Amino acid sequence: MLYRENGQFKASYRADQQIFPILQDRVAIGLLLFAAFVLVPMFASEYLLRAILEPFLILSLAALGLNILVGYCGQISLGTGAFMAIGAYAAYNFEERIPGMPLLLALLLGGACSTAVGVLFGMPSLRIKGLYLAVATLAAQFFTDWAFLRIRWFTNDSSSGSVGVAGLEVFGVAIDSPARKYLLCLAFLVVFALLAKNLVRGAIGREWMAIRDMDVAAAVIGIRPVHAKLSAFAVSSFIVGVAGALWGFVHLGSWEPAAFNIDRSFQLLFMVIIGGMGSIMGSFFGAAFIVVLPIFLDALPRWFGLNVDTALSSHLTYMVFGALIVFFLIVEPHGMARLWSTGKEKLRLWPFPH
Amino acid sequence: MGFFLETLFGGLMSGMLYSLVALGFVLIYKASGVFNFAQGAMVLFAALAMARFYEWIPRWLGLDSKLLANLLAFGAAVGVMMAVAWLIERLCLRHLVNQPHITLLMATLGVSYFLEGFGQLLFGSDIYKIDVGMPKDPVIVLDRLFQGGLLINQEDLYAALIAAALVAALTLFFQKTATGRALRAVADDHQAAQSIGIPLGRIWIIVWSVAGFVALVAGVIWGSKLGVQFSLSLIALKALPVVILGGLTSVPGAIVGGLIIGVGEKLSEIYIGPMLGGGIEIWFAYVLALVFLLVRPQGLFGEKIIDRV
Repeated sequence: MLYRENGQFKASYRADQQIFPILQDRVAIGLLLFAAFVLVPMFASEYLLRAILEPFLILSLAALGLNILVGYCGQISLGTGAFMAIGAYAAYNFEERIPGMPLLLALLLGGACSTAVGVLFGMPSLRIKGLYLAVATLAAQFFTDWAFLRIRWFTNDSSSGSVGVAGLEVFGVAIDSPARKYLLCLAFLVVFALLAKNLVRGAIGREWMAIRDMDVAAAVIGIRPVHAKLSAFAVSSFIVGVAGALWGFVHLGSWEPAAFNIDRSFQLLFMVIIGGMGSIMGSFFGAAFIVVLPIFLDALPRWFGLNVDTALSSHLTYMVFGALIVFFLIVEPHGMARLWSTGKEKLRLWPFPH
Repeated sequence: MGFFLETLFGGLMSGMLYSLVALGFVLIYKASGVFNFAQGAMVLFAALAMARFYEWIPRWLGLDSKLLANLLAFGAAVGVMMAVAWLIERLCLRHLVNQPHITLLMATLGVSYFLEGFGQLLFGSDIYKIDVGMPKDPVIVLDRLFQGGLLINQEDLYAALIAAALVAALTLFFQKTATGRALRAVADDHQAAQSIGIPLGRIWIIVWSVAGFVALVAGVIWGSKLGVQFSLSLIALKALPVVILGGLTSVPGAIVGGLIIGVGEKLSEIYIGPMLGGGIEIWFAYVLALVFLLVRPQGLFGEKIIDRV
């Protein structure tokens, strides 16, 4: 009833091409942004900001980056954690070695380093395809794990690769309270989501999707696989690198290579698959699901007043997590984004579905 | 020279153990097109089952023969792995027919989380011992040819022999039995196999059971070397470069790949490692596999990938 597009005519190309063609969507997104930027920092508790929203925002950003590679360009990567690590450690080095380095620039330069390595590890994708490529990307993962643990220069001679940053500042504003950290992450996420959305509906996004659907056919119609695949690797690892830098700088404060190990890579891939491949919205859903689920499972027995010992509860969490993943893949293999769009379709016709 | 040969030999034998795990991947991929990330979890699960049944069965039955207890525990663990295979097919794979590779891969990752949790819930999460009576003392051979001879770990030698026997048995099973032929038919073309009356569901259960059996053998061998504990599930990560190097669809590929990776890993750790600060084993295997793949994208013995438009 409320959600329908009757009477909303598009009279110009501009109107036809906007991201949210339906007025109600625009209003909803405006309200959502208002709530996220104004209401949440005012009213949310410190725990909510620090333990749920901050990881959610940063991991959404990383999942968004991975989704460009996996969902739009069809190149499966199991080495996302590596690119997060490169972003984080590169940003750390810029911050540490260059005096007076602004935080934002350091984060973006971290992303740039990640891009360079991403393109390097993306080169084999021109020859190796499918599952072979997926396993080959693990090389990046294990190599960076090793590099940040063993090569002292990267970590400023700290033992076991653990580094930390303090005194974050953006344009003279100290990023010290959870609310400010939240706002910084949110700003990054919004900007990158907008950029990503525009990229994937532009020419380059269409090239990626053509490569994903069938790369030989795409090459035949004149899309350069080198250009398309490597640009997907570059954009993806840039976003992932920035997310990694945020994860280290803003969320963790001090970290070691294990923060970006292979489990992180699998976690991000889960987000993309469960959220929906090839959908910007899906990255958010997936991240929300994967971030909140373990916290929820952890807290569940306590709500019922049951006292479960930690070993048992961690095994149970593993089991339920695994079972839910399988369940989700069976019920909706196209991810939560598909559920969302089906829901919207239904809502358009409601309450007179004919 | 003696030291080099010793390293080489150690590499070959640990490579044999990797290929034992890799074999599980290849079997399942060949027959169902599923890249089974749960293989590591299955190894852990099987080894846990074996180790615990070995403790429990003598207590239940009042036996004190070690051989009998081991045999019974092995039998029970085989039963458990078959049940797991049946459940995986029934509850998971059956519903995911015709999904893209990546979805199936993620589903098996989900299965592996489940198995890791379930295994430790059922069998406990301490470190357990498996003792099947493999001799542990190293022996020295060829001491007439070299100064000091070659030091060889007997346990590794036996493990390599068992792996070789298993591969031979599997090859016979695949090539000479009716079930093996049906398995190859399914691997070749699901639809064609179904249309001539091969029951797909049953074939998958058989394949997963065989993979479970291979996981059990790998779990017993690795478990008696390292002890049965959670980290056992991580050997899947060591077997992955073996799988892609040898080719996802080739049983001999898994063996040759394992030998190459095993030797490459050991030699690089000894001769290149000190230059780079050590600990390079794990990524060296992947980089080695990557280099081979750049030359042959389908692995050494994999089927040629043909793109049709």
